Amino acid sequence: MKGASLIAHDVRTGARRATDVLQDFLSRVEAHDGDVHAFNTVTAEQARAAAAAIDAAVDEGRDPGLLAGVPVAFKDNLCTRGVATTCSSRMLEGWQPPYDATVVQAMTAAGAVMIGKTNLDEFAMGSSTEHSAFGPTRNPYDLTRVPGGSSGGSAAAVAAGFAPLALGSDTGGSIRQPASLCGIVGIKPTYGRVSRYGLVAFASSFDQIGPFATDVADAALALGVISGHDPADSTSIPAAVPDYTSALDRGVEGLRVGIVSELAVASAEGQAARARSGGCHPAAGTSWGDGGNTPSGYDISAEAAWLRDGFDPEVVERLYGAADALAAAGATVDHVSVPAVAYGLTAYYLIAPAEASSNLARYDGTRYGLRVEGADVTEMNRLTRRAGFGDEVKARIMLGTFALSAGYYDAYYGKAQRVRMLTRRDFDAAYADFDVLLSPTSPCVAFRFGERADPMTMYRCDTCTIPSNLSGDPAMSVPFGTGAEGLPVGVQVMAPALGEETMLTVAAALERAAPPLSKPLLAGVAGSTGAQT
Amino acid sequence: MAAGWETVVGLEVHVELATDTKLFSAAPSRFGDEPNTNVTPVCLGLPGSLPVLNRRAVELAMAVGLALNCDIRPSVFHRKNYFYPDMPKDYQVSQYDQPICSDGWLDVPGGSRIGIERAHLEEDAGKTTHLGGADGRIHGAVGALVDYNRAGTPLLEIVSRPDIDSAAEASAYVEELRAILLALGASDARLEEGSMRVDANISVRPAGSDELRTRCEVKNLNSLRSLRNAIDYEAQRHIELYAAGEAPVQETRHWSEDGRTHSLRSKEEADDYRYFPEPDLVPLVPDDEWIAQVRAAMPELPASQRARLHECGAGAEDAQVIVGRGLAPVVLGAVAAGADARRTVTHAVQNLALDGAELLDPDGLASLVHLETSGQLTATQAKTVLVEMCARAVAAVRAAPAEADGPSGSASAGARAFDPAAIAAELGFEAMADDELEALVDQAIADNPEAWAKFCAGEAKVAGVFVGAVMKATRGQADGQAVTQILVQRRNA
Repeated sequence: MKGASLIAHDVRTGARRATDVLQDFLSRVEAHDGDVHAFNTVTAEQARAAAAAIDAAVDEGRDPGLLAGVPVAFKDNLCTRGVATTCSSRMLEGWQPPYDATVVQAMTAAGAVMIGKTNLDEFAMGSSTEHSAFGPTRNPYDLTRVPGGSSGGSAAAVAAGFAPLALGSDTGGSIRQPASLCGIVGIKPTYGRVSRYGLVAFASSFDQIGPFATDVADAALALGVISGHDPADSTSIPAAVPDYTSALDRGVEGLRVGIVSELAVASAEGQAARARSGGCHPAAGTSWGDGGNTPSGYDISAEAAWLRDGFDPEVVERLYGAADALAAAGATVDHVSVPAVAYGLTAYYLIAPAEASSNLARYDGTRYGLRVEGADVTEMNRLTRRAGFGDEVKARIMLGTFALSAGYYDAYYGKAQRVRMLTRRDFDAAYADFDVLLSPTSPCVAFRFGERADPMTMYRCDTCTIPSNLSGDPAMSVPFGTGAEGLPVGVQVMAPALGEETMLTVAAALERAAPPLSKPLLAGVAGSTGAQT
Repeated sequence: MAAGWETVVGLEVHVELATDTKLFSAAPSRFGDEPNTNVTPVCLGLPGSLPVLNRRAVELAMAVGLALNCDIRPSVFHRKNYFYPDMPKDYQVSQYDQPICSDGWLDVPGGSRIGIERAHLEEDAGKTTHLGGADGRIHGAVGALVDYNRAGTPLLEIVSRPDIDSAAEASAYVEELRAILLALGASDARLEEGSMRVDANISVRPAGSDELRTRCEVKNLNSLRSLRNAIDYEAQRHIELYAAGEAPVQETRHWSEDGRTHSLRSKEEADDYRYFPEPDLVPLVPDDEWIAQVRAAMPELPASQRARLHECGAGAEDAQVIVGRGLAPVVLGAVAAGADARRTVTHAVQNLALDGAELLDPDGLASLVHLETSGQLTATQAKTVLVEMCARAVAAVRAAPAEADGPSGSASAGARAFDPAAIAAELGFEAMADDELEALVDQAIADNPEAWAKFCAGEAKVAGVFVGAVMKATRGQADGQAVTQILVQRRNA
């Protein structure tokens, strides 16, 4: 036991005081968040009161819950009553919701202590946290690089040891990709598994809240706390919540693991490198078959030809390393083609902006948030939105407005919805033969600030993660060694709807087999948590 | 209507559904309260809030659909996107291409059958008051206040086919629809107060043709009279345009009480609402069992009520009045309980244009009619008791708003308060002993000898002098007929 699980254990048994635990983490935040900028708001006073209440409960012989005294950071698009919830936008700067998100209530009820609200790409639109109105978050592994996004603040907070747990939201990969780039675990649950009530909407049919943690066990613990049916969210699934932590030690013997062929293509340069190193790429002859769908054999049409460019060679290498490890642990591994993933990015970047254009209409200056006065209400709306939204948000609102416009709807939004159905169909077909699917989480390791200023280059960061948002199925990123310049690489484990247990079983097995990860540059910090055994 | 032309009208009727809470939130769906008090984060469109569909609203929509002979089908909510300050999310959640009710009809009393294209659920907007302009209107306003109490109130929009061919038929359609809504308890359907809003799509065509020419949508029809006048005006306007070799343009027009319609906006300027399926809600798929439950719970509909009232001896007009007031269950129930049908109908038509009349207990009304027909109460006394019964029924409902089933459902301890005999006793109405009345009549004769002579000479109308005198002496409690009978007895004696 370590991390959040150990803290909760120690606090519940009286071995440690929640107030002391909190102070350790607050000290690290104070010392290092000036460099990292994981937080928009640190709620130190409120946290001290909450931790004291946990200690009092323990003193009175009451059980404060599964997450007793565990500091948790919430992405700043989760509503927290009386605490600014900005979405890292000028539009909502200083806005204090009159209510808590359902997940915030659930975490608090389980004894977790909110330590602060974390930075994000404005309204969760981005893959680097560079699009925050309040400045970027830096990757704790290399302060010159991005932490990924949009939940970059939550990922960096956990990686830097500012909090053992954080919650983020994942619309196209916004939990998994930053988890991968920051060397931690991040879960996007099945759509509907976790209530969205109180999550400021970006693209409602994709948005899903999930946890960040330093290991799979902590992530499973937090997932159990936030999962469950919520009558306040009509898309919430009325299914019982299993004990996710019990899935961790089940082992992968007999599980069927599929490598998604379309997402396992190393760049030409990478393949050459692999051939030199005698790696176990299928083209070089491997212990498992190609399922009739070798990466070179599948058909990618012209629109998706960019997929042929492939990914960072080290990233693909780690993927196959992970597959090897699962095979060694008793799983059967094969390739599987999920052809529709080639169109995922295109479909996503029509549907998500379309929904966003509608979801963000309410920021008009009338009721809350920023208002810039104008001669009449129309001008007030226009000036407010011009001043309140950043460029990336404006670009997506315009893209989405266009995609929904009369005369274009069928060609864009309608067609994208058909791709979404095809994606579900292709995944269903794959899950008929496989229990879980594997792919890289991110095509690359953490990149430098400004390196992906071109939107298309940035959007491609989501290539591997978007398909699970389109299908609604669960997926998670688990660290598996390092890539270029010793930076963390994550492997993505995908499972069918409500298949979180199997997904966690496989992730736990990967974690046990993963090559050791170097400590972040703030290693001295992370090493001194006292939370690690 | 100019010769050679016929009017073509389709009506879009919005009704506020009589639910306790809003369509997508638990806020009270209630009017007249302090502005912005009946609101939740959902009503205000606060970031992070999500809609949850009101089951009762769906059931009322289904009941209306079934009453209009519609198919109840799986439906989907869409977002209709446009910016307006009284729309908290800057989109309206409404049903678009898959409404819950479709393809039905309504038979207008008198014979014609009007097709119903669809009936769909949607949320209402808030209410904007402009400051500084005349009468809260936008012109000249310096600012605006928005009240979101109404935002999210459930509306059902009922769209007819263009099967209506006159102002009178449009009016009859709306009246019949209103009667159905009242019978179902689906809405209080008040045109003047806006809980029922009618927009008319009006065009004309050469008589006998079945073409559909360019139509204009006329709004701001706040009464049946406005509806009729607007249709006549607009049809005439179209005919005159065609006669002049011109044609109307498709547009929305505003009816004003100066008796004309005015152009609001043309089709070319229409917004692009960018409809798309509301991702925060799941498709609404009523199963057969649910539909059957709603159907089983439906009360008797106006057409059937009218037929039964007719069997009780009510003429077509009286039956229409009774059904229009929502009194058919009370009247038919009282008759079923043994009350004299003619007397009951007369009371309903003449004495029950009152708030709370529809809340009367049919057995109570039957008892009252019995007290009257058995001579224990005079007609005047019966009316007074009836007024009091209604007033108490209203008071009881106000005192216990949670008890939706009315006074008959309240505790039995309170039941006596609605008993007409008890009310009559409280008011001091007791049947007068014969000899007491005779003494009063004799006194009146003694006081008016000249009138008595005329009466004895055959001038029947002077009986009024004596009846008046006795009424004065009894403060209106005497039975006028009984007085006349005594007068006749005395004359013939």
